[in-house]
Amino acid sequence: MRIAVIGAGAVGALIARELTRYEADVLLFEREADVGWGVTKANSAIVHGGFHEAPDTVRARFCAPGNAMYEGLCRELDVPFRRVGAYVLAFGEEELAVLRELQAQGEENGVPGLEIHSREEVLAREPHVNPEVRAGLWSPTVGITEPWTVAIAAVENAVANGLKLHLAEEVTGIEVRAGRVQAVVTGKGRYPVDAVVNAAGLFADRIAEMAGLKEPVLFPRRGEYILLDKAASGLVRSVLFPAPTEKSKGILVLPTVDGGVLLGPTAEDLPRGAREAVETTPEGLRRVVEGARRLVPGVDLSQAIKTFAGLRPESPQEDFVVGPTVVKGFYQAAAMRSPGLTAAPAIAKWLACEVMASELSLSRRGSFNPIRKGIPRVAELSEAEWEELIRKDPRYGRIVCFCNRVTEGEIVEAIRRGARSLDGVKFRTRAGFGRCQGGFCTDRILQILARELGVEPEEVPLRDPSSPLVMGKVRP
Amino acid sequence: MRVRKIDVLVVGGGAAGIAAAAAAAREGADALLIERNDRLGGVLEQCIHPGFGLHRYREELTGPEFAHRLLGEFDSSGAEAVTGCTVLEVNPQGPSVVAASPKGLLKFRPKALIWATGARERPFGALRIPGARPAGIYTAGLAQRLVNIHGLLPGRKAIVLGSGDIGLIMARRLHLEGVEVVAVLELRPFPGGLMRNVVQCLEDFGIPLLLRHTVAEVHGKDRLQGVTVVEVDEEGRPLPGTERYVEVDTLVLSVGLIPENRLIEGFVPLDPLNRGPVVNARLQTEVPWLFAAGNNVAVFDLVDSVAALGARAGTFAARYARGELPEGRAVPLVRGENVLHLVPHRLVPGVPTPVYIRVPHPLPRARVSIGGVVTRNHVGVRPTEMIEVKLSGEALEELAGLPEVRVEVSPA
Repeated sequence: MRIAVIGAGAVGALIARELTRYEADVLLFEREADVGWGVTKANSAIVHGGFHEAPDTVRARFCAPGNAMYEGLCRELDVPFRRVGAYVLAFGEEELAVLRELQAQGEENGVPGLEIHSREEVLAREPHVNPEVRAGLWSPTVGITEPWTVAIAAVENAVANGLKLHLAEEVTGIEVRAGRVQAVVTGKGRYPVDAVVNAAGLFADRIAEMAGLKEPVLFPRRGEYILLDKAASGLVRSVLFPAPTEKSKGILVLPTVDGGVLLGPTAEDLPRGAREAVETTPEGLRRVVEGARRLVPGVDLSQAIKTFAGLRPESPQEDFVVGPTVVKGFYQAAAMRSPGLTAAPAIAKWLACEVMASELSLSRRGSFNPIRKGIPRVAELSEAEWEELIRKDPRYGRIVCFCNRVTEGEIVEAIRRGARSLDGVKFRTRAGFGRCQGGFCTDRILQILARELGVEPEEVPLRDPSSPLVMGKVRP
Repeated sequence: MRVRKIDVLVVGGGAAGIAAAAAAAREGADALLIERNDRLGGVLEQCIHPGFGLHRYREELTGPEFAHRLLGEFDSSGAEAVTGCTVLEVNPQGPSVVAASPKGLLKFRPKALIWATGARERPFGALRIPGARPAGIYTAGLAQRLVNIHGLLPGRKAIVLGSGDIGLIMARRLHLEGVEVVAVLELRPFPGGLMRNVVQCLEDFGIPLLLRHTVAEVHGKDRLQGVTVVEVDEEGRPLPGTERYVEVDTLVLSVGLIPENRLIEGFVPLDPLNRGPVVNARLQTEVPWLFAAGNNVAVFDLVDSVAALGARAGTFAARYARGELPEGRAVPLVRGENVLHLVPHRLVPGVPTPVYIRVPHPLPRARVSIGGVVTRNHVGVRPTEMIEVKLSGEALEELAGLPEVRVEVSPA
C-alpha cells in the first residue's frame, strides 16, 4: 500500500502523520523548499471556537471538534498553544443582536462556554478595548498557536514514523485509469500509488483537475497583516474580533504565542490566477490600521516590526471540500479556508482513520510513536534547565538572535532537522522574528548555515535558490 | 549559578562601554565589561572608513583604528572584559544582572551598573512599505557587516533609502566594490547625515541624492527586482503621478537608529524624544546605581562624543561604587524652542559638562541659549549635526543657582 499526500501545509502534514499509523508507504509532496510555506505560513494563527460557522457547513462539523483536539495534539507534538479566549465585540444594538445570533449558532455547533459579557466585564478583562464597546461575546475555548510549527512538528513526527518527505517537488500529473488512481507524476519522477490525498492548499483545484475532477473551484483571498513588537504585548490578552460581515471574520487584534500582537487580516478576493500575490498594498495596510484601531484605539504603529500578506484558498460555496471522490483512491482535503487550521486535526483523524482506513483496509502498525520533541527554546526554560543544556552543549549559551533570545545551539539543531535557508531557521527557532527583524543576526545565521551545511555563504538563500541573500564576494 | 561581586559592571563593549570600563578602573574601581559579541569594539569594527577620532585623538582614524586606540587604554586600565556574554535581565530592585554565556548563566552583583548597549537599526517592516518580501532588503548596518566583516556582496545594483551617515557610507562602500548605486533617497528636504559625508560619499562619486523621495513599493517575489520611487510633499506623503520604477536587486535602508534600552525601560524613566534614560551631568539615571552612556542615551553623531560620555560615566560610577558620590542638588534642564534631543537632563553643581542639543529642523542662523546665561550664535544649524555647549566655571555655578535651566535654539 502506497499513499501520496500532496501539500505539506498544516492540513497535509497532519493527514500524513495520521496515515503513518498504518501499514503503508506514505509519501508527502511539497512544491516549496520547506514545510508550511504556503497558506500555513501567513494566517491569523487562531484555533477558532466554532461559533462563526453556519451549522449546516462542513466547517462547523470539524471546527469545534478540531479545537478540542488542539491541547492533546500540541502536547504530543511539542507545539506552542495557548487557550487565550476570544471576544467578538459589539458596538451598538445591531451588533449586539449579531452576538446573540453567533452565540446561538455556536451552541448549536457544540461550542462550550459562550457568554455575552457587558461593557464593564469586557473592559475589565481587556482595558485597551475601545470604551464605546457595547458588549462582547466571550468564547473561552479560542486559542492561538504557531501554524507553521504545527506543520513542521507533524512532518518531523511523521518522518520518525516512516513518512518519506519530498520537498521542492511539484506534482505535475495524476494518472487515473478505470476510475481509479494509478500514479502521481512530479518533476522528478513517476510514483505508482494506491491513493492520493489532495491537500494542496491554493493549488488544490489544479491537483483535482489532474484527476479529472471539477471540484473544488478556488480563488485566492488575500489577507494583509501588521505585526507589532513584544513591547505591545500588554495591549490584548485574548483574540478580539469585530462583529463578522458576510464575507469574513473581520480585522482582528490578537496576541501571538511569542508575545507580539498581530493586526489583520483584510479579505480581498483576487483573480484565480493570482496564487502567489502575497504583496501588501497601501489600501490593505490602511484598512488593517483602521480596523484594528476601531477595536483598540491605542494601537501604536511605532511598534510595527513587520507587514505581510497571506492567501487563503476560497471557494464559491465558502466551505471545505473533504472526503472521498468519484475517483477511487483520490481524497480531498481542499478549499481549507478559515477555520482550516482549527479543523485540520479533526479532518486528518476522520479522513485517515475512518474513511481511508476503512476504504483501503489499512491495518495499524504496532510501532507508531505520537511524540515529537521540539527544538529546546532557551527563552522558555528555567535557569536550571538552561544551565544543564549549556553544560551539555555550550552553543546553547551563545545567543545569536538577541531580540528573541535564540542560541547557536537552537539554530544548529534546526539545521540538523532540515532548515536549509534563513527562513527555514527563522520559522523553526524564531531567530530574526523579533524587533530588529534580523538586523543583528542575519549575517551570523548565514555563517552558521554555511558552516553546518558545508557550503559557501553565497549558496545560502532566504528561502530557496531563487532568493539568494548575497551575490558573490567583495574584490579579493 | 555563579555570582560575581564587582564594583562597576559595564554592559556593552562598544566605544561607550570600553571607555566607561577603562575610566572606572582608572578611578580605582574593580571594573568588568561584558559584551554579547565575540569581540570588543561594537559597530566600530565594521566601520572601516576614516573620519573617527578627530576630537578625541586629534587625528583621523578608521573605526577599527579608533577601537584599537580605545582598547589600548582599556588594556592598560586594569579593567576586565568578558565577551560572548549576553545580558538577560537587570533586577530593578538593585544592581544585579543575569547573563548567558557558553560557560553557563552568570550572575553579577555590582555596586554600580553602566548601561552602554548602543542602538539598533529601524527595520524595513517598521516602514510599512507595501509589496512582497523578497531577499535583497538590508539595513545599512547589516549590509556593512556583510561587506566589511564577511567579504560578501549583498547585490549588484542597489538603491539606498535614507541618507543617515551609515546610508551615505554604504552608498560609497558598495560603489567602490563595483555595485551600481542608483541613488540615495531622503524623505526630508535635507540630508540625514553629516555634510562631510554627503560630499565625500555621494558628490565625490557622482551618486545622486534625491531629497523628498521615498520608496512607495518593493517588487519581486523571491529576490528584489525593483522599487517604485516616488516624490513626497512637505508631510512626507507620496505625490501621485511622480512614481517611477527603478530596477534594482538590493535596497539598503538607513532610516534611523533606536536606542536599545529594552531591559531597563521598565524601571528607568526615559526621555521620550531621546528615547534614552534621563541622565544628570554624571550620566547617572533616575535610579542612582544605574549610569548610562552612548547611543542608548540618545543617538550621537560622533564616536568621539560617545567615548567621552562613556569615560565620564565610568568615572562617576566608580565614585558611586566607593560611596563618594553625594546625592547633591540637581538642576533640571528643560527643552525650549527647537530642541529635539537633549543630553543631559540635569546639571549638578561643580560638575562641568557638555550639553548636547539636536534641533528638529535646519535654521540658517540661530542663537543657542542655556538658561540665558550661556548664549552662542551659530550659522547654519542642522538636525544632523549636534550642537555641543561646554558648561563649567562661573557660568555653571550661575546656572546651578537657577530653579531650572531652559535650553533653546531661536532663529536669529
